[in-house]
Amino acid sequence: MLETTQCPNCKKTDVADIRDCVRQFGRDQGNLIPILHAVQKKYGYLTADATEEIADWLGIHASEVYGTATFYTLFSTKPLGKYVVRLCDSPPCHIEGSLSIQKAIEEDLGVGNGETTEDGLFTLEVVSCFGLCGVAPAIMVNDEVHGNLTPEMIPAILSKYRKEGN
Amino acid sequence: MEQVTLTIDGKEVSVPKGSTVLDASKAAGIGIPTLCHLENVHAIGACRICLVDVGARSLQTACTYPASEGMKVVTNNPRVRSARKTVVELMLSAHRQECTCCPRSLNCELQKVAKILGIQEHRFDGEMPEQILDTSSPSITRDSSKCILCRRCVTVCQQVQGVGALFPVDRGFETAIVPALKNDLIDVACVMCGQCVSVCPVGALYEKDSTDDVWKAIADPTKHVVVQTAPAVRAALGEEFGMPAGTRVTGQMVTALRQMGFDKVFDTDFTADLTILEEGNELLHRVKNGGTLPMITSCSPGWIKYIEHFYPTLLPHLSTCKSPQQMFGALAKTYYAEKAGIKPEDIFVVSIMPCTAKKYECQRTEMSAHPGIPDVDVVLTTRELGKMIREMGMDFANLPKGECDSPLGLSTGAAVIFGATGGVMEAALRTVYEVVTGETLDNVNFTAIRGLEGVKEATVKVGDLDVKVAIASGLSNAKKLMEKIKNGEADYHFIEIMCCPGGCLGGGGQPIPTTNEIRKARMGAIYEEDEHLTIRKSHENPAVLALYAEFLGEPLGHKSHELLHTHYTPRAKYPETDKEEVTTGGE
Repeated sequence: MLETTQCPNCKKTDVADIRDCVRQFGRDQGNLIPILHAVQKKYGYLTADATEEIADWLGIHASEVYGTATFYTLFSTKPLGKYVVRLCDSPPCHIEGSLSIQKAIEEDLGVGNGETTEDGLFTLEVVSCFGLCGVAPAIMVNDEVHGNLTPEMIPAILSKYRKEGN
Repeated sequence: MEQVTLTIDGKEVSVPKGSTVLDASKAAGIGIPTLCHLENVHAIGACRICLVDVGARSLQTACTYPASEGMKVVTNNPRVRSARKTVVELMLSAHRQECTCCPRSLNCELQKVAKILGIQEHRFDGEMPEQILDTSSPSITRDSSKCILCRRCVTVCQQVQGVGALFPVDRGFETAIVPALKNDLIDVACVMCGQCVSVCPVGALYEKDSTDDVWKAIADPTKHVVVQTAPAVRAALGEEFGMPAGTRVTGQMVTALRQMGFDKVFDTDFTADLTILEEGNELLHRVKNGGTLPMITSCSPGWIKYIEHFYPTLLPHLSTCKSPQQMFGALAKTYYAEKAGIKPEDIFVVSIMPCTAKKYECQRTEMSAHPGIPDVDVVLTTRELGKMIREMGMDFANLPKGECDSPLGLSTGAAVIFGATGGVMEAALRTVYEVVTGETLDNVNFTAIRGLEGVKEATVKVGDLDVKVAIASGLSNAKKLMEKIKNGEADYHFIEIMCCPGGCLGGGGQPIPTTNEIRKARMGAIYEEDEHLTIRKSHENPAVLALYAEFLGEPLGHKSHELLHTHYTPRAKYPETDKEEVTTGGE
């Protein structure tokens, strides 16, 4: 699973560092997804420099690297919070009340879908099914699962991360 | 070749193994509507309009489904008709329908398909994707609100041109075709060739329209408005008026321009001849003096922008000659201005080009003989000229044939063939051969270097020297030659490169569509035009000779360098400030 390790305010990435991260893989175009995973894991998102570095290394166009990354919801092209709260809104979660969960999260964090809190701690993303229909409605905070949720449970869950993160 | 036999709508047809159902139905004379399909280039089943019933559980796309032995295909039953109709109706629900004022009105593939399928109402009325309107480029405008996501532009930019400026981003309803990092077109390594425009089935990609600027200049009594037309325009303009591809309309075009109110109707062919004299001499100079070889032609602005972005270290290989359109501009505001006794700032130069990249070229800061005054004021595509002629209400096909004005309107057959891939090379060889050997060519037709093949090579004996030449059209073909040069494997003397497949006749500013059949027809017209001209060698153009005698002195002389030659700028592959370094070719 992916980790987010970078503060959204710190947008600078070292080119030599990115190069090392990308070049640990072979130049086969099939390595695009594994490289995107590695970059995302290290920097929290796909930086512009990384997009170009990957394109040059694999001999493809930057537009293709960027387009591929944006196709998958688990890759990000902008800085994310330390904790990414992913809320499933596929039919089973939706029927079980994901909208009320979303409302509770938005009220607690003060940000909407796709946004990051000012302190850089949380990003909220409404996503498609991640296979936790058995415990719907569910969220994932980075790689931890929280299921069978009610809106009342949300403040406690988030404050645990808030304490951990500060 | 192994054949397979199948039945389509009860009709038996045999096609080579590997054919698709779409190929087979064409062979059987059965029409299947398509939208994303682009013959020999793009078959990805994206638009779902060519759905047919192959007896499987679900309908299949004819453009991707392989024809197989004994297969029974139905292309027209209620299920197929209803599915196709729904597909197009859904497409229309996310398409900004403003057909009456769309640049592609009456030449829109979506409009045609909707008509063919009998769609007469808006069945689905819903949310529209967010509009991205990108007017940053001087050549090409992008409007995502018309885009149907067929991805033809992506394929042509990536595979045919090897530029990769466009790619789909995001997914589902949010999908859009955009440059990397969602940048504006002007900020990425787009070469502005307009091949994307040429294949766009709708009005999502189109040239920046400059027709109003030209009407305004014509109406301005203080402006002396002169026009030049590129050789490829006269081989295609007729298509704008329903004439078959390959109809030569030079005479009608000249008359139309005159009736529109241009003060002088000149010809880019004149400066094409001049290019041959300058470039031919530059080549001989480089061969004699150990200059950078192979020397590469520099007429095609899309090609120039490509090499600046993708192979900046090879810039010294480029001929320093400006393109014929820019040589014309420089001379119009110096030589012609003097001769006609008109101030350069009162002369307004319009170019009619088969090209969208020329719109960018004329704005390059170095293209100006007088500081602050561009040599060429406005570039129009062949399509824009068609539009203006329609606005005039002329019966184009039946216009009397006119002749260009002198002196900048006199030209030769060698200049006309600039419009076809291999033409600049052939024109140069006609001149170089005679200049070097002092003999007259028995046969001016160098047929070995004609044709639509992507890369062509030949060795031509010129006196004691075996001149090795190569020709490429389409930038992915140019790339092959650039890699050869980079790896030290290119022992050519001279390379001609044209950005667009087939050369300018297939340019991004030409009438839509441009298919291989149409390219061949336009090419036929160009060589026919050459055959019909009495003078077929650039160095025999009397007006060019007079220009040297009266004004320029000699090829590669001081004035030539000042007005007819240029320099190039290495550019980054990715957005950042372009480096200010300047590279000159030659010695």
